[in-house]
Amino acid sequence: MKLFEHMGKDLFSSFDITVPRGRIVTDPGEAAKVALEIGGPVVVKSQILAGKRGKGGGIRFADSPDQAKEAVSQVLAMVLNGHKVVKVLVEEKIRIDLELYLAITVDGEAKKPLIIASAQGGMEIELVPDEYIVKKHIDISMGVYPFLSREISRRLGLTGQVSKDFNHVLTQLYKLFREKDAELVEINPLVVSDGKLIAADAKVTIDDDALTRQKDLPCVEERTAIEKQAHDLGLAFVELDGNIAVMANGAGMSMGTLDTLSYYGGKPANFLDAGGGTGMEGTAKAIELLLQTDPKVIFINIFGGITRCDDVANALIQVKKARGIPVPVVIRLVGTNEEEGIRILKENGITAYKTMQEAAAKAVEIANNAN
Amino acid sequence: MAIIINEKTNVIVQGITGSQGRFHTRQMLFYGTKVIGGVSPGKSGQEVEGVPVYDTVCAACEEQQVDASVLFVNAAAAKDAAFEAISAGIKVLVIITEHIPVHDEMEIVDFARCKGTAVVGPNTFGIVSSGKCKIGIPPNQFFVEGPVGLVGRSGTLTYEIVSNLTANGLGQSTVVGLGGDRIAGLSFVDILEKFEKDYCTKAVVLVGEIGGNAEEEASQYINKMTKPVVAYIAGKSAPPGKRMGHAGAIIERDKGTYIGKVEALQAAGAKVATLPFEVTDLLCQVLK
Repeated sequence: MKLFEHMGKDLFSSFDITVPRGRIVTDPGEAAKVALEIGGPVVVKSQILAGKRGKGGGIRFADSPDQAKEAVSQVLAMVLNGHKVVKVLVEEKIRIDLELYLAITVDGEAKKPLIIASAQGGMEIELVPDEYIVKKHIDISMGVYPFLSREISRRLGLTGQVSKDFNHVLTQLYKLFREKDAELVEINPLVVSDGKLIAADAKVTIDDDALTRQKDLPCVEERTAIEKQAHDLGLAFVELDGNIAVMANGAGMSMGTLDTLSYYGGKPANFLDAGGGTGMEGTAKAIELLLQTDPKVIFINIFGGITRCDDVANALIQVKKARGIPVPVVIRLVGTNEEEGIRILKENGITAYKTMQEAAAKAVEIANNAN
Repeated sequence: MAIIINEKTNVIVQGITGSQGRFHTRQMLFYGTKVIGGVSPGKSGQEVEGVPVYDTVCAACEEQQVDASVLFVNAAAAKDAAFEAISAGIKVLVIITEHIPVHDEMEIVDFARCKGTAVVGPNTFGIVSSGKCKIGIPPNQFFVEGPVGLVGRSGTLTYEIVSNLTANGLGQSTVVGLGGDRIAGLSFVDILEKFEKDYCTKAVVLVGEIGGNAEEEASQYINKMTKPVVAYIAGKSAPPGKRMGHAGAIIERDKGTYIGKVEALQAAGAKVATLPFEVTDLLCQVLK
């Protein structure tokens, strides 16, 4: 779960990492008030869950409350990278002496947390040449000790009080990373301002699998309506823009199914991993989700291991009888209780395919002829 | 021979009294796995499928030689259960549980490394040394002995490929699921090294997917291997920034792309199948 910048900054504050003074607003009038309270030049920052806000005009500067009001009214009307701006952070404009980059993330290869730091902050880290990036793994049984931040400070060229403050920020950021089950905490830029370190931006992503034990975090919903329905059913669903509704069991198998459809020239409407061992009711609900994508054809690809073919067949027939399925269904069904599943389908006038490629080719043919 | 587990491996099931634990204990026994005990706190004295239940892993180890443990506990209890098995000195730990928080996974893998335990998973279907021992949840009927070593991340896709191999007369030495999460105990390279040394394995299949850097890392080792490698990567048509079912299956900041992985594998000399069923054809070619 990605957090909005202002939520990330609230977290930073609660972990004693300094952020600029500011407040979140949803209308221009409020913005003027906040600017007045701050009493000086302000930055107006659109709150969306996407990067490159500056380039799209989603970050503006204002020298007076009136200008702040004007800037906020402009930003609130914007759609940036497909995200509609509904709230804006108004905060003090800080003096920038140096921009650093600091992040902690999960390194799947090393299987450890990874610190990434650079003295060339303020731009996308991907654009910074490797020789200006410092990477250090953290031993999770040990954590962050001052020696680690001294070494990173040295490599970044930080000295004196700034180096000491850097140790504080890194220690606190790691504490936040661990305590809040973060996948990523990123400060870009971490600004050196009059000898102090201030987190001018905040990107925080929380591990979805840890949300049940992170109850005091704000809830940010990034899923589409149908993705959310699927999530509530315990299914993984991703909306795509094609016309073949797809259900398979298992994440790899579902991806392989999309790839096979694409190979034959088809366009999947979605990714749906119906999981392993999903019973008849769950499968029926999954099929109902597929109908919501308004497809030309439904393609079901089941390799039954724990999933039973007769459950899948019964689920399909149940949905067909209960609400009708207005488009053709192409189904490939093999594995546990295959004979029973095929018999149930046959009784209801549906022929199942044996191989994924045959079935995929058929589904693509139907979809493409329907256009 | 096979890798990691064989017909002599003594297995315990942590979470044996739950519905998944019970069901798969039965299936593993059917396959011929030596399931010699189960662990379920407060349930000692009971039996599941004729297998004795113990309160703790240590209790099981006091009575019998335990070589491997498989976890069928829920995500919230997984770290504790994994630590218990590793502390008890068990050398192979298979973690079936999905949705374990990534921080817990890092701690489990770190502790396992420190104690010398090989972790298969988390979020894996398990490991099968065909005809000898199955630890995990794959359907029994598709796994028969033969010359192909297979390592994958995803369950059903691996079954699909294994069943295709078996239908075409190609059995398997060992089939290993690394798991679909960002953190995995054993990696592709760990398994490839073992297959390279295993004299029963004549060719290796790698079933990868988009996201992360594991396939690229594996490519560096494949370059040095003497045995032929056939690969399939799922997720060619996946859009960037979307998590495709597995926590690890996501293209982030242009990293973990299909094309990057395929190019790395091909450059290392692996044959890459475009579709899952082509794996069998490519294997037949390299085994000639």
